[in-house]
Order: sequence, then structure tokens, then C-alpha cells
Amino acid sequence: MEYPSRELGSKTKVAVDGLSLDVQQGQIFGFLGPNGAGKTTTMNVLLGFVEPTAGSATLFGVNVTDKAARQRLGYLPELTYYYKFLTPEELLRFYGKLFRIPRAVLEKRIDEILRMVELQDARKRQIKTFSKGMQQRAGLAQALINDPNLLVLDEPTSGLDPIGRMKVREIIQRLKNEGKTILFSSHELGEVETICDRVCIIHQGTLREVGTVHELVSRHRCNLEQVFLRVVGYEGAVPHRPEGVTV
Amino acid sequence: MNNVLAVSSVVMREMYRRKDFYVLLILTVLITLILGSVNLFNDSNIVRYLKEICLLLIWVSSLVIAITTAARQIPAERESRTIFPLLAKPISRTEVLLGKFLGCWLASGIALLCFYLFFGIISAARESGWPLGSYLQAVTLHWFMLAIVIAIALLGSLVFAAPSSNNTICFIVIAGVLLIGRHLHKVAVGMEQPSRGILTVIYFLLPQLGWFDVRERITHNWPPLEAGPFLLALAYALVMASVFLFAASWIFNRKRLQ
Repeated sequence: MEYPSRELGSKTKVAVDGLSLDVQQGQIFGFLGPNGAGKTTTMNVLLGFVEPTAGSATLFGVNVTDKAARQRLGYLPELTYYYKFLTPEELLRFYGKLFRIPRAVLEKRIDEILRMVELQDARKRQIKTFSKGMQQRAGLAQALINDPNLLVLDEPTSGLDPIGRMKVREIIQRLKNEGKTILFSSHELGEVETICDRVCIIHQGTLREVGTVHELVSRHRCNLEQVFLRVVGYEGAVPHRPEGVTV
Repeated sequence: MNNVLAVSSVVMREMYRRKDFYVLLILTVLITLILGSVNLFNDSNIVRYLKEICLLLIWVSSLVIAITTAARQIPAERESRTIFPLLAKPISRTEVLLGKFLGCWLASGIALLCFYLFFGIISAARESGWPLGSYLQAVTLHWFMLAIVIAIALLGSLVFAAPSSNNTICFIVIAGVLLIGRHLHKVAVGMEQPSRGILTVIYFLLPQLGWFDVRERITHNWPPLEAGPFLLALAYALVMASVFLFAASWIFNRKRLQ
């Protein structure tokens, strides 16, 4: 993704400015930043929901405004309440049809995914009867229906209890083992530290840090949470570490 | 077309899993049966009044179903945020809109069939004849009229922020067009310029929903419309619905989704 900066009027709030990121195949890339930093705006541009004021975003070499760009993409938005009158099976069948997956392949894929997200016993129940954790897993299932090469997960564990978080984390880990590329946005830094291969921190719409968790921790000589606070300007909250002390 | 059909199937599933349609059908059945059981003034022509009331209930119910179903489609997608995973799939916004339209239109058509089937049974029980041709023509005209109504409600849902305000505005506009729209040009004739010109322009711009209302023909067992005006009315409905859908698509494609 590449959005070169552009001069705008003084009244215009720039959500994301001059951001260029490279996400390597098979990596889990953590996308960090405080609320209002521009994470969701970047994802919205990347998914073609919002047109950038300058620059362009491409997925697999195709401009994101072209619907073909979404053929190999899976997206899990934050806090979505799926069609409550559908069952997970019907939900997946609906989304699968949009990818023109042949019927027999689709049915097989639905079985696999529902097993993976542990919803096989609830496949005939309407989503309105689901707990939040189950709804989130149904959301993950819909993001996987086309067996995507790139998964964009916007705060996938937000609002879940510890068991729900663990289940979602396990699924993400399994997807990584399958070689999926995952762009992952989260406020849970412990989770990011555990799961992500590389992370970037954006603040006020600009890229402030990028690298592996180990690189960032070594560079700042503190843990990821403290790196984050320092990068976004809350240095006072970070305890001072004397020279030579490493974490 | 595959995407349009997929979206429309979800809309139809929603309609038959919600209670609105069943409640309206049961109310129509109950009111008609209660009225039918009362033989007021020993009038042998009471069946005409009964048919008139039943058809009025069908028209009101169909408008309620069509407007409320269409008006909530896009706002509900945005409110529950399902619009995001949906548009992250290989589907265009125009296809989403057309799918919503088709789903609402087909769902309203199925609802209409149920209502008119009941009407047919009631009138057959009270009258000797069963003018199937007239009934089929009435259902078809009614259904095509609903295409215009649904397209207007979808357009409204993209213009007005709240679904409730869209519902209210759509009901007022549609009721206004049905009740006074067809008389506007007659009123215009008696006016001075420029009011006369303005009213005449408004008359021609408004969708002529009254053309699809053949309730009187059904009530009085008049013969069905000739093929020419009937087909012309259907073509008019398709053109008007296309105009409103084009406007809705234009707005939807320029809308920022955040």
C-alpha cells in the first residue's frame, strides 16, 4: 500500500499521510496505533470502502476499487452483527456464492470451516441465538470461505472473554501455519507480541515504527507496551531504565 | 447476475423469517372474515363492499410490507456493519442495490400472491364466477407498481439518515401520489400561470401509481384491461423503477462508508 502525502486545505483532517507498508507472504503483520491513529481508515482504503485523496492501494497488483482485487481477500471487521435471521451455514453459503465457488466445493468448505471455528454443532441455529464469541467465530468463518491468501482482521478479539480470545488466537495461529498472510489490528499488545511476526505503529496518520517485535524491543530497550507508549508520545508513563539494562 | 440473486435470496429469507408479513396477512383475513360474517341491511350487493374493503386492506398491507422491507435494507446493513464484510467480497455496490431491490420485489410478489389468493377464495365463496384473468391482471399491475415503490424506498434509504424518517416520508409521498396525484392536472387547468405550468410539470414528473389501481374493475366485475394499456403500464413501471434505482446507485457509489 502506498499513499503519498498531498497538500490539503487547513480545515481538512488528514487521517493517513504518506503511509507505505510491505507485508510479506505468510507473515502475521500487526497494525498498531492508538484510537484515531488511522488504522481503520487505512483498512477501509485497502478494502476499497474509502477512496484515498491521493495515491493508490493495490491488492495482488489489482487496484482495490476493482472487485477482482477482493477475490483472494478475507476480511473480519470489528464489532459486526451478522444477519441474525441466518444460520452460520446459510451465512457461509451466501458469501460463498459471491465468490462463485462451485456448490460441491462450497459445501465441503463450509463443513471444514465450521469445524475449524468450532461452530459445527450450531450450524443450524440462527445467529441471533449466538454469544458474542460465537458471533466472532462466525465472522472469522465468513472471512475464510474463499480460502483467502490475505486476511485482514480488525481487532478480532475485541470484546471477547479470555476463552473467546484464546479460541480466536488459536485459529489465527492455525491460519498462519497454513501459510496465510494476515494483517492484524489490535490494542491487545500482549496478543500482538505473541502472534505477530512484524508490527508497525502508526500515530496521527503517519508511520512511526516498523519491524519485528524483537527489533522494536531491542531498539527501545523496553517491552512492546512501553515501546508503544513512547512512540505515541506518552513517554512520561514509561519507567526510566538505566543504561545497560536490557529487557 | 449471480451476486444479485445471492443478495436477493437473503432479503427473501429475511422476509419469511420476520413476523411482519404474517401479522398483516392474519389481520387482513380476520377483518375481512368478520366483515363478511355480518349481513348489513340485508343488502344482496354486500359482497362488493366486502371485496372493496379486502382490496383496500391488501393495498395498505402491500405498501407497508414493500416500504418497510425496502427502507430498512441498506440502513440495517450499515447499522449492523454487515455492509463491510459484504463489500469486501467481489461484489459491486450496484449489485448489492439491485439484489436488495430484486429481493424486496420478489418477496412482495409472494406476499401479494398470498393476499390475492385469500381474496379470490372470499369472492368465490360469495359470488358464482371467478374472473381469473382480471385477478391475474390486478396482481401483476399491483406487483409492478410495488417495483416503483420499492425503488423509491431504496433511494430514500440512501438520502435520509434515519430509516424511520424514510418510512414516514415514503408513506406520505406514496399515499399523496395515490390519493391526489392523478387529479393534479385537473387542478392545474383551473389555475393561472406560472402555478399552472409548475403543477403540470409536477404531475408529469410524479410516478403515476394510480394507473396500476384496478380495484374498481375487480369490485364491479368489469372486464380486464386490454393488452395495449396493460403492457404499457408494465413498461412504465419498469422505466420508473429503473430511473429511481439509477439515482440510488449513483448516490450509493459515492457514499463514504465509515
